[in-house]
Amino acid sequence: MVSSADIDILDNLEEHLEPTDLEDAVDRPERTLSAIEFRDVHLAFDDKVVLDGVSFTVRRGETKLILGRSGGGKSTTIRLILGLLKPDSGRILIDGEDITDYTEEEMMDVRRKIGMVFQEGALFDSLSVYENVAYRLREQGVIDEEEVEQEVRRMLRFVDLEEAIDKMPDELSGGMRRRVGIARALVGDPEIVLFDEPTAGLDPPTARTICQLAIKLRDLQDVSSIFVTHEMNNLKFLSSEYATVDRDGQVIYEKEGEKLCLINTEVLMFRDGKIIFSGSDERLRASDDEYIQTFIHGHKP
Amino acid sequence: MNPFAKFVDELQEVSLLLWGVVSGLFRPHRYPGEIIRQMDLIGVGSLPIVLLTGFFTGGVLVLQTFPTLQYYGIHNESGRSVATSLVRELGPVLTALMVSGRIGSAISAELGSMVVSQQIDAMRALGSDPLKKLVTPRLIALVIMLPLLTVAADVFGIIGGGTVASYIFDQDVNVFLTSVRHGVTTEDVLGGIIKPVFFGLIIGGIACHKGLSTTGGTVGVGRSTINAVVLSSIWVIIFDFFLAKAIQSVFGVGVI
Ligand SMILES: Nc1ncnc2c1ncn2[C@@H]1O[C@H](COP(=O)(O)OP(=O)(O)O)[C@@H](O)[C@H]1O
Ligand SMILES: [Mg+2]
Repeated sequence: MVSSADIDILDNLEEHLEPTDLEDAVDRPERTLSAIEFRDVHLAFDDKVVLDGVSFTVRRGETKLILGRSGGGKSTTIRLILGLLKPDSGRILIDGEDITDYTEEEMMDVRRKIGMVFQEGALFDSLSVYENVAYRLREQGVIDEEEVEQEVRRMLRFVDLEEAIDKMPDELSGGMRRRVGIARALVGDPEIVLFDEPTAGLDPPTARTICQLAIKLRDLQDVSSIFVTHEMNNLKFLSSEYATVDRDGQVIYEKEGEKLCLINTEVLMFRDGKIIFSGSDERLRASDDEYIQTFIHGHKP
Repeated sequence: MNPFAKFVDELQEVSLLLWGVVSGLFRPHRYPGEIIRQMDLIGVGSLPIVLLTGFFTGGVLVLQTFPTLQYYGIHNESGRSVATSLVRELGPVLTALMVSGRIGSAISAELGSMVVSQQIDAMRALGSDPLKKLVTPRLIALVIMLPLLTVAADVFGIIGGGTVASYIFDQDVNVFLTSVRHGVTTEDVLGGIIKPVFFGLIIGGIACHKGLSTTGGTVGVGRSTINAVVLSSIWVIIFDFFLAKAIQSVFGVGVI
């Protein structure tokens, strides 16, 4: 599962990581296990079929971009992964573990591995930014306030929002809410992060910042993720840039070039509850399917 | 779905919700802070309207019945008639209706907006159970506070009745109070406290269920709030009849 691209990125990182980290990433046998797997999942609300035989796999360390019109079942797919909904038929596996028939209580352990960034942020209105980010720690019974604060600050620093720590959600702009939502999702360092249209309704620079956070998680923290979007800009950005650490320890973003082609990012396209495309962004662009071309260009080819 | 099937379906869901809360009570991991907060919100917050309702209801009862009692020459028993109707019926029912209007609507609107803004999903995704975190504290608070509010309403109703009797009909306050004491039996008081416990479950169960099953955005929140208040008020009144019947069969039919 480890490609030349992975190794290239890892080479860049080499000076900043312990050697064991590297070997670990290259040799870990469980990397061949998938992080998320859908097997022929069907779901209907009353008479309305939302997912009609969906199968896909998200490998460890991979980012899956899910494209599709609104109402196409993208959020539903994400809710299924979290076990917030149950499919009518088919199997869903997280980390090789079949969670389809798990009870709410059993799901709680699975959810610890997953960070979820909701469409509008879904921050708790009645809690401050601090308490929102600390929520998961409090639920897990961490009572040492110093530990909580340290973790909350670390996460807010990751999304570059430490100064907003004492604000209430309604004092934040849309982009800030999204970033607090990301910070909250990342508490506990989940191996899987799900983004549901994290850039919808944001201005392009802010959207770019959000994408960079996703890239940073993918390339520097080895997180598997699903990134739902219907904006082609995000797709282009996420599938052509990668994050690396420069000699001063700063995170920088570089374009994939001749020597390097990102293979840890793939695209799925949903249409009417079915997956009509799965593969790299280059192949998506080269597709001669009329629907896909219309989606990419916003008009018929 | 036909109306009857829908009714059975809803009844089942409210019962399941209540059952979930009750069975969860015996497991650890509760939220004591949240219970206290809700008790304050529900109990202390509703006190003014409940006291006002009680006071004026007691007052108007005396105002309307005193002349009739006087006609039969038993106006010295006006305290008794007021106290009995207050403690047995009007106190519990009116308090429950006021609380359903004020708290039932608030609960269902709050939970409903949390559903439509995905906060409930977020809560579950972050590892907490909305049933334990949101529903249980509200139900416990209602079941504890509603009987207390009812007693407060009863007391203020009697004060209201006494005030009207003495200021408008020139009755001696002691005569009034003596007649109150003769009128109210232990069974009445017990019945008057058992009822609000059930009413608390009805109001909380319906409001939480309606709130959590909200669909259709902000319009949906309005819809579930209306449904929560209307349904819980109706069920309080219907249930009141059957509770009264049950209490009568347990304690024997009381005589005024
Ligand atoms: N709880 C629900 N009850 C009924 N219909 C639903 C529910 N959730 C989603 N749907 C329907 O399922 C379809 C897919 O929704 P969704 O997954 O949110 O789409 P999107 O791709 O825009 O995220 C929509 O038509 C929506 O109306
Ligand atoms: Mg969606």
